[in-house]
Amino acid sequence: MKSLKRILAMSAAAAIAVSCFAGCASNTATSSEGEANGATGKTIVIGGSGPLTGSAAQYGVGVKNAIELAVNEINAAGGVNGNTLKLVFEDDEADSGDKAVNAYNTLKDQGMQIFLGTVTTGSCLAVIDKSKADNIFQFTPSASAQDVIANDNCFQICFTDPNQGKASADYIADNQVATKVGVIYDSSDAYSSGIYNAFKKEAQAKGLELVSEQSFTKDSKTDFSAQIADCKNKGAELVFLPIYYQEASLILTQSNNVGYAPKFFGCDGLDGITSIENFDTALAEGVMLLTPFAADSKDQATQDFVKAYKEAYNGETPNQFAADAYDGVKILAKLIEKQNITGDMSASDICEKLKAGITASDFSFDGLTGTGMTWTAGGEVSKAPKAVVIKDGNYSALE
Amino acid sequence: MSNKATLAKAKMLKPQTKQSFTTYIMVIAAFVIMMVLSSTGNVSSQIEGLLVPLCVYSILAVSLNLTVGILGELSLGQAGFMCVGAYASALFSIATNESITVAWIRFPLAILVGGICAAVFGILIGIPVLRLRGDYLAIVTLAFGEIIKNVFAALYVGIDSNGLHIALNQADMNLAEDGTEIIRGALGVKGVPQDSTFVIGFVLLMITLIISYNFINSRTGRAVKAIRDNAIAAESVGLNITKYKLITFALTAFLAGLAGALYSHNYATLQAAKFDYNMSILILVFVVLGGIGNIRGSVIAAIVLTLLPEVLRSINNYRMLIYSIVLIVMMICTSNEKARNLIISVFNWLKDQIIKLKNMIIKPKTKEVK
Repeated sequence: MKSLKRILAMSAAAAIAVSCFAGCASNTATSSEGEANGATGKTIVIGGSGPLTGSAAQYGVGVKNAIELAVNEINAAGGVNGNTLKLVFEDDEADSGDKAVNAYNTLKDQGMQIFLGTVTTGSCLAVIDKSKADNIFQFTPSASAQDVIANDNCFQICFTDPNQGKASADYIADNQVATKVGVIYDSSDAYSSGIYNAFKKEAQAKGLELVSEQSFTKDSKTDFSAQIADCKNKGAELVFLPIYYQEASLILTQSNNVGYAPKFFGCDGLDGITSIENFDTALAEGVMLLTPFAADSKDQATQDFVKAYKEAYNGETPNQFAADAYDGVKILAKLIEKQNITGDMSASDICEKLKAGITASDFSFDGLTGTGMTWTAGGEVSKAPKAVVIKDGNYSALE
Repeated sequence: MSNKATLAKAKMLKPQTKQSFTTYIMVIAAFVIMMVLSSTGNVSSQIEGLLVPLCVYSILAVSLNLTVGILGELSLGQAGFMCVGAYASALFSIATNESITVAWIRFPLAILVGGICAAVFGILIGIPVLRLRGDYLAIVTLAFGEIIKNVFAALYVGIDSNGLHIALNQADMNLAEDGTEIIRGALGVKGVPQDSTFVIGFVLLMITLIISYNFINSRTGRAVKAIRDNAIAAESVGLNITKYKLITFALTAFLAGLAGALYSHNYATLQAAKFDYNMSILILVFVVLGGIGNIRGSVIAAIVLTLLPEVLRSINNYRMLIYSIVLIVMMICTSNEKARNLIISVFNWLKDQIIKLKNMIIKPKTKEVK
C-alpha cells in the first residue's frame, strides 16, 4: 500500500512537471512567433473568448465561426493596409470567474493585440479590469450589461440591457400595444434581470400597468405554469419576455396548453425561436421582438453573410451573436485602415489609436446589425433597434 | 555524522508527523519553485493567473476531506459555504475600503470575516442536517448549497445616507441619490479590492494543512474517526456524536469560507452563479481522486485536475474529452486490483532498470578511486 501511494504521488508530481513544461513550451513557441510577426509588421492578432463547451456553447461557437469567416474574407481580399489578421480563440465556458480569466491570460500569451470578446456578460465582467490594466482594446460582440463598458478601453457592438428594456417599454407604450403588462424573467441571469429592471422603470414612467412580475431561476426553467397562471389571472394583455428563446418556447407552449393567448414581446434573446427543434412554430406567430439582426432579412449584406456562413459551417443559420461578431471584425478592419495601425505596434498603442478612431465624430459603420452605428466615449453603441414580428414563420419589420 | 543523526531522528518521528511534514515540504518546495520561476520571468501569464485558484481549490479539497474522509459523511454543500465566505469578505472589504486603507491589515480581517460567517452557516445548517446519514445528508447539503446560491443571486444590498437597504428587487431598495449598490442580484458584487496574491494563497494553504493535520491527529480527531468507523461503539464509550460531527462540519465550512474570501478578492466581480452544485461536485472529485482521507492526495488532485484543462488548451476541441478520460483512467487505476498491480510492476521494472543503470555508471568510478 505504501509503495502504491508513493507511486501515485510520484506519477502525479511527474504529471504536474510535464504539464508545466508543456505550458512553458507552448508559451515560448507563441511568443517567438509573435516576435517574428512583429519584425515583419504583417500580422495583427485578434483574440476572442467565449463558451465553446457547456450549455451556452452555441453562442460562443456562432461568434467564433463568424469572426473566422470575417477574418478569412479580409485576408483573402489582401488584408488591411498590408496586414493580415490572425484569430486566436479560447474557451471560457461562460464562466464568471477563474475560467474566463484563464482564457484571457492564454490569449495574452498568444500575443493578442486586440480583444474581440467576450461573448457572455458574466465572463466579460471578470476580465474587464484585466484588459484595462493591460490597456488592450476590448470590443464585445454580445456582452450587453451596462457594467461591461465601465472602463474606457471597452466598447460594445450590441445594445446594453437597460437600452433594450427602455426601448421595449417605449415601443409598447408609444404604439399602444397594451396597457396591462406581465413580465416573466430569469432572476438568476444578469442579462434578463438587467432588462427587467430598466423595463420596469420606464414602464412606470410611461404609465404602463405592470400587473404581474414573475421570475424563475436557472435551476427552475422547465415548468412555468405558476408564472403563466398569475399573468392570466391578473389579466395581462401582453407578456414581456426578456429571456432566451429556449425558455420562451416553453412558455409559449405551456400558455397555449392552458388556453392563454396574450401578445408576447421579447428582446434579442428571443432571436432563434423559430428554429428550435420539436417546437410548433405556429405558436410563435405574432410574437414581437426587438432585435438588431434577422437572418431572413431581405437586404443584400445579410443575405451574403447568411449564405457564406451556411456554406462554411454545415448549413447552420447564423444568429444575432454571430452577426454582431462579424460586424465587430469589419468595424475593426475599417478602424485599422483609418488609423494606419500595423502589426508591429504594441497592444497599448493600438488601443489608444482604436479608441480615438471609434469615438471620432466622422466614424460610423453600416453593418448587418444596424446602419450608421456610432460610439460614445463611454463605449455604448448607438443604433436603432428593429422591432420585428413573426409572421408565417419569418421575421417581418414592424412599424 | 550529522547526516546519520538526522536520519536516526527521522526514524524516531511518529508516522503522522512524518506524513504531515512531507506534505508541508512538498507544498513549500512547489511555492519556492514557482516564486523563483516567476521572479525570473519564466512563467506565462496563463500559469501566473492560475496560482491563486490553485491555492483556492487545494484549500477547498483539503477542507472537504475533513468531512468526507475523516467524518465519513458525504457533503455536497461546499460551494455554498465558499459562497458565504466570498460574499461576506467582499462586503467587509468594500465597506472598510475607505476606513482601512492598508491592504495587509484589511485583507486578513476580511478573510477571517469570511471564514467565521461560513462557520456560523456551517453550524446553523449542521444542527438539523447532521441527524441524517449517507445519501440523505448528501441530498440535504446539496439543497442547502443551492439555497445559499439562489438567495445571493436574488439579493440586492445598497447603502446610502439613511443606512443599509436590503431587498429582493432593485426597485424596492429605494436608494437615495447618494446611495451605492453593493450587491446587485444576479449581476453580483463589483469593485472588490483585488488583494489576493500567491503568497497569501500559499500562507492560507499552509494554515489549512497545519489545522487539518493537527485536527486529525488530535484527541477530537481520533474521536471523529471513531464515530466514522462505528457510531454505536463510539457512543457507547461516551462520545457525544452530535458535538464531534458539528465541530468537523463547522471546521470544514470555516476553511471553505477562507477559500471563498481568497477567491472573491482575486477577481474584479463576484457572481453567485459561480457557486452552483457543479463546483461542489468538482471539489468532491478532487477529494475522491486524491484519496478519501488523504490530505496530501487532495492537494495533488486539486492541482493536477485544475491545471489539466488549462494546459490542454492547445488542443481546444478535445480538451474536455481528454479531461474526462483522465478522470476515468485515474479512477480505474486507483480502484481496480489488476490495473494497480500492472502499474506497480511497471514502476518496479523501471526502478530495477534505474538501479542497474546506476550500478553500471557508479561501479567503474569506485574502481578508479581504489
